[in-house]
Amino acid sequence: MKMIASPFAKHAAMIAGAMLLGVTLGTSPAQAAGDLPEIKAQSWTFSGPFGTFDRGQLQRGFKVYKEVCAGCHGLRQLHFRNLGEPGGPEFSEAEVKALAAEVEVKDGPNDEGEMFDRPGKPSDAFVSPFPNENAARAANNGANPPDLSLMAKARVGGPDYIYGLMVGYKEPPSSMKMSEDMSYNDVFPGHQIAMAAPLSEESVEYTDGTKPTLENHAKDVSAFLMWAAEPKLEERHKLGFRFMIYLLILSVLLYLAKRRIWSRLKH
Amino acid sequence: MAHESTFTPGNRLSKWFDDRLPIERMMHDQFGVFPMPRNLNYLWTFGGILTFFLVVQLLTGIVLAMHFVPHETMAFDSVEHIMRDVNWGWLMRYMHANGASMFFLAAYIHIARGMYYGSYKAPREILWILGVLIFVVMMATAFMGYSLVWGQMSFWAVTVITNLFSSLDSIIDGLGTTIVQWIWGGFSVGNPTLNRLYSLHYLLPFVICGLVVLHIWALHIPGSNNPTGIDIKTKSDSIPFTPYYTVKDGFAMCVFVMLFAAFVFYAPNYLGHPDNYVEANPLATPPHIVPEWYFLPYYAILRAIPDKLFGVIAFAGSISLLLFLPWLDTSKVRSTRYRPIYKWFFALFMIDVVVLGYLGAKPPEGWYLIIGRLATAYYFAHLLLVLPLLGWIEKPSAMPGSITDDVLGKKPAGAK
Repeated sequence: MKMIASPFAKHAAMIAGAMLLGVTLGTSPAQAAGDLPEIKAQSWTFSGPFGTFDRGQLQRGFKVYKEVCAGCHGLRQLHFRNLGEPGGPEFSEAEVKALAAEVEVKDGPNDEGEMFDRPGKPSDAFVSPFPNENAARAANNGANPPDLSLMAKARVGGPDYIYGLMVGYKEPPSSMKMSEDMSYNDVFPGHQIAMAAPLSEESVEYTDGTKPTLENHAKDVSAFLMWAAEPKLEERHKLGFRFMIYLLILSVLLYLAKRRIWSRLKH
Repeated sequence: MAHESTFTPGNRLSKWFDDRLPIERMMHDQFGVFPMPRNLNYLWTFGGILTFFLVVQLLTGIVLAMHFVPHETMAFDSVEHIMRDVNWGWLMRYMHANGASMFFLAAYIHIARGMYYGSYKAPREILWILGVLIFVVMMATAFMGYSLVWGQMSFWAVTVITNLFSSLDSIIDGLGTTIVQWIWGGFSVGNPTLNRLYSLHYLLPFVICGLVVLHIWALHIPGSNNPTGIDIKTKSDSIPFTPYYTVKDGFAMCVFVMLFAAFVFYAPNYLGHPDNYVEANPLATPPHIVPEWYFLPYYAILRAIPDKLFGVIAFAGSISLLLFLPWLDTSKVRSTRYRPIYKWFFALFMIDVVVLGYLGAKPPEGWYLIIGRLATAYYFAHLLLVLPLLGWIEKPSAMPGSITDDVLGKKPAGAK
């Protein structure tokens, strides 16, 4: 701090810093003010400045999504090609083609002017399970299962929240009156959630030797949804590191240049 | 402008231009040899940092506008398209969103610096007023930009803020409602609203550019203030802008960009709100509508007042009062360094703004509301009572004879 001349300038700079810190810290309790329960932080391979996704985990997470979540939840921002792109689950080209071909995609009109169904291609977007919100509500006791493309960024806690939600199903406390068809969940705001516990032990068969526990299913699908929400995370971390090194060197050089130039002045 | 031109064209082409459009002469006089006080501290580097962020916002914004679709059913998805499918789109968008935050952070430091060292006092009143105008246009631009994402928080922030005008209904029945519907282009926030917000969001940055040119022009008439608040008197008080401040500003800018990069690359959504990753839904109101962090102090003032119309007046007044700062402050001493009592009031004012910012993120109930009202009261008392009265009461402390004396650490020649 010796470069800041007066103690009060220092003071002002500190206040300004505190201002940013204070208000940003101030925003999180505001979100929690709606009686949100505590969300426990998990350890993720993608957190921290050098974090990367675990390919195996993303592939398992995709399997959980496909076999369990996809029945009700869409992932409309994603395309099948994304599954093979660097920084993601990195399925092989053949695997991506095969995964895309599993779905029916509406295309057309053809030369006769008719719409037709065809097998999906890697360039197709994921197909949502319901044609519209009303259809979704009609099939789910009036509840609308949200699209999951951005879920890991659209909730306080992100992937920690999704994990907490997946493992948070419990018997309701005796004092709580539950509405019909609702389940008790530890981390869901208000604790009553229309989705029944989607995952349990051995919900999905794992082929890579990972134990198919509820915790592993929850963790894998949360990581997969984090990638789905932030597919450029690895690229961002990599570029950030290079950029930071560059800025650091440039800062040191500029500081030395500044010292050199200012030393010409009489003190 | 402020000093005799010392430019001599180096060759015939340069001379040919100089006789017709003397841009080289202007650059030489205003950014090359321009006399600067030799004692500026790092708080004076934020003007350059702000210029840098204006350029960052313009460049990233122009690229984003090539891919963004200002339509209520497509805006949200087009932002995701930018994030996922446009080459470097994620970088452009995260730079633009976090660049806005950095722009405001730098602006707040720049404004606080001006307030602490009395940079608004004669002969720099117009310079200060232009600065406040830039700040107001910045706020409008940022608000409109945030709305374009068309997420839940965007949509409801637009609804809440545009609805402020409906408070005018209590003066003339129907006036407020008419204005609100005129702003919306309909009977609710919808596609026409999004379209005009987009149009204005693209326009206003160029208004800012124009105001910035005037701001720098007005700065270069009296030249920069400095930590002592004493004018440049002799040649030894000043140094040329280049190389001394070009290199110092460059260094400070580089350090500040590191903070910017830390957000962009490692915490790009930290300053945002998760609800804005949920597409706008006019049928579902989020439990708490919170603005971006840089608006929180004003939001707290707005909500501290129980009456809607007076809340809006206080909200507008909290910013527009700054325009009159040069005349509200009656002290002849510029720098707070030599104002032993005001020093404490200034610190209190800074804390007050931080407290207001903290409360702006809290629900307006219980203690939050009570403290919010006290903090609002001090905000206005500081500007309307402390500043005018203190100038009469306070006895300034001893000041150095000149900038050079201050730099060389000579003992003050006695109180002014």
